[in-house]
Amino acid sequence: MTVTAEAAPVLEVRDLRIDAKSNDRWSQIVKGVSFAIRPGEVLGLVGESGAGKSTIGLAALGYLRPGARASGGTVRLLGTELLAIPEEERRPLRGTKVAYVAQSAQAAFNPAHRLMDQITMVAVDRGGLTRAVAEKRAVDLFAALQLPDPQSFGSRYPHQVSGGQLQRAMVAMAMICNPALIVFDEPTTALDVTTQVEVLISIRKVIEDFGVAAIYITHDLAVVAQIAHRVAVLRYGEVVEEAPIAEIMDNPQHPYTKSLWAVHEMPAEPSGAHGAKGQPLLSVETLSAHYQDFQVLKDIELAIGRGETVALVGESGSGKSTLGRVITGLKEPSQGRIVFDGKPLPEKVRQRSLELLRRIQIIYQSADTALNPRQTVRKIVGRPLTLYQGLRGAAREARVAELLRMVELDETHADRLPGQLSGGQKQRVAIARALAAGPDLIICDEITSALDKVVQAEVLRMLIGLQDRLGVSYLFITHDIEVVRAIADRVVVMQHGGIVEQGGKEEVFSPPHAPYTGKLLASVPDMAVGWLDRIMAARAV
Amino acid sequence: MDQSFDARSVPGRLTRALRLIGQAPLTAKFGMVVVAAYAFVAVFAPWLAPYDEVEVVSRIPFDGWSAEHLLGTDQLGRDFLSRLIYGARNSISIALVTTVISFVIGCLLGMFAALVGGIVDQIISRIVDALMSVPDLIFILMILSIFGSSIPNLILIIAILTSTRFFRIARAAALNVASLDFVEAAKVRGESLLWISVNEIFPNILPLILSELGMRFCFIFLSIAALSFLGVGIQPPTAEWGSMVRDNAALINMGDITPLIPAAAIAFLAIAVNFVVDWLLNRASGLNEEG
Repeated sequence: MTVTAEAAPVLEVRDLRIDAKSNDRWSQIVKGVSFAIRPGEVLGLVGESGAGKSTIGLAALGYLRPGARASGGTVRLLGTELLAIPEEERRPLRGTKVAYVAQSAQAAFNPAHRLMDQITMVAVDRGGLTRAVAEKRAVDLFAALQLPDPQSFGSRYPHQVSGGQLQRAMVAMAMICNPALIVFDEPTTALDVTTQVEVLISIRKVIEDFGVAAIYITHDLAVVAQIAHRVAVLRYGEVVEEAPIAEIMDNPQHPYTKSLWAVHEMPAEPSGAHGAKGQPLLSVETLSAHYQDFQVLKDIELAIGRGETVALVGESGSGKSTLGRVITGLKEPSQGRIVFDGKPLPEKVRQRSLELLRRIQIIYQSADTALNPRQTVRKIVGRPLTLYQGLRGAAREARVAELLRMVELDETHADRLPGQLSGGQKQRVAIARALAAGPDLIICDEITSALDKVVQAEVLRMLIGLQDRLGVSYLFITHDIEVVRAIADRVVVMQHGGIVEQGGKEEVFSPPHAPYTGKLLASVPDMAVGWLDRIMAARAV
Repeated sequence: MDQSFDARSVPGRLTRALRLIGQAPLTAKFGMVVVAAYAFVAVFAPWLAPYDEVEVVSRIPFDGWSAEHLLGTDQLGRDFLSRLIYGARNSISIALVTTVISFVIGCLLGMFAALVGGIVDQIISRIVDALMSVPDLIFILMILSIFGSSIPNLILIIAILTSTRFFRIARAAALNVASLDFVEAAKVRGESLLWISVNEIFPNILPLILSELGMRFCFIFLSIAALSFLGVGIQPPTAEWGSMVRDNAALINMGDITPLIPAAAIAFLAIAVNFVVDWLLNRASGLNEEG
């Protein structure tokens, strides 16, 4: 290994090309990417899913996923050419010289071992530290990451700490050997906004305190603006633009970068602009629900009008999804009732008539699990037509084509299986299935959170358009404040199973706020450099 | 965006199946050829066999191999080769029918138990446990000695016992699928349990059960042969490989390998089916990897 000069890059990637095999064909998924990272520098990799962000991030560790191969270029880590040495020589570098923080800490930690054992393992096995030294360093890191009770934190099991804490524990695991480079792969994407702020602050602090270089992979521009010094925008495996963060925020050059930025500032329509808000369609009255002894919903009072969009906002665990399940009849309430179109709604799915079931449809967060992978789009979308309207043959075929056009898909998609569609297309199929029933109310459970920003904006626009045409009501369950701004007429804020605040969108989003609403709104990162600095400065006071 | 997959054409079912077979390892191809050969012999037995199944063609029992009787004659002077060929037809068709019946019973009950859950699942599962806890062969011997040995009885009892295995696998696999959103969506849509089982669950658990199907076919085939060898399976004069081994076993003492041929035929088919099953198993697990 050569001795690097002070300003020499920690990582230098030059003309990296990676092929991946799908359906027995090799196709290039990373097409000649070059960048360099100097000590203490944070490079943000931004792009939609499928742009090759994670593949590049893993290549920085000299790792290629099964079914992928490097077909050209170099990856030099501290002067060592990673792609030229055998896997046995690369392995000792991982965890010691370069470390990785995955999106889901829940999936990355072994639930059967204590955190301390897992965090210190690399340091003891490869880093040459003794167990006692490693543990001391881990405790220091816990303190630096502002984890509660740093001395005993490591003795807990993964399930005994919160999602945000686990994500920070993973940062500690990555930092344990004091590596030169850390690859953060969407470390806050799975977290609630309020938790995200905490984790972002922790990550910023450790990066600055320990002077480590980092690659920060994300699709969220507002987040990257808070963390990175420089940003590389990726599309289809190519860097379309690379610039210092302030420059790219103020003055994006490439058309694609501009489109990404524009999407982020989706116009918030004033409420009342779309759909004629008629009589109440559904009202929830003093509703409570329990899981065994645990009360998940407390005295929920809520009304949805015809053609209205009500957004249900709150962190995970606030009970918003449970409320959706109670309305669909999948979970029985322990108290209270739901009135739908003037009549009380039977509690269980089985007690409801087919006609009632038709009028309330649900769309799920993950289209991957909501669509049967072994049914064609034709069967998925056509089934409600047969079930509710008795359509068959050519009539059904025509209606399926019409529905696919309504969700901006092609008729040719009817023969596909879900596995042959992109994420956005799958969610459109799920929407088409809900529309096929001809419902009065659609419950949308986090339907855009698994989608990229650009696709998300398209889907939201389409939903608004469909509401104008069909007069359908939406109950929009989400944790994303931006989505709420874009689509909602009224907003209901939930916390710990109760409603904190509800009202028209302007009313809820303009001060004065209820304390929790204020916190929620303040946690949404601004699309500007320095937002996190201000928060950190405000806390230090 | 969103058009990344548009360019890819969807190949037809037949071409996909052919390509798949082309990519199969040599063992699987060998297995498929052997299975196909057995099927051919079974279907065309009357045309292939030189003599009739039960026709006494020679005065000499246990006659040696000759041009007239290629594999000699059996204990009653019937042509051994003809009985071997008809035996393929009887053994394979009975085993096949039994497998299909047990498959249908086991899968339907398994999916039903997984979907309904609770007390219904408990009751069915415990009954299955009780059935599985009795050694198969002894259980079958007992039932057959009570109700008499006929082919319908034989098929039914083996099918019921084997369905417990299908039940176990179908239930476990269906439990995984039943927790997915598309099953919940079907329930909320107001679909019946049978519709959900057949349309939503079954296609997703089929790859897992398919391999079990082949394996169970082998076991059923072997137990029928074993039962016939013991004298309670398929009754004479119907030709069956297991009973052919028993009836002619004495020849071994005279240094004649003829009775080993039906035994070898049984073993050969079992191995061939297992080769194919192995390949299916690998493919099923490979599918999971791809997500």
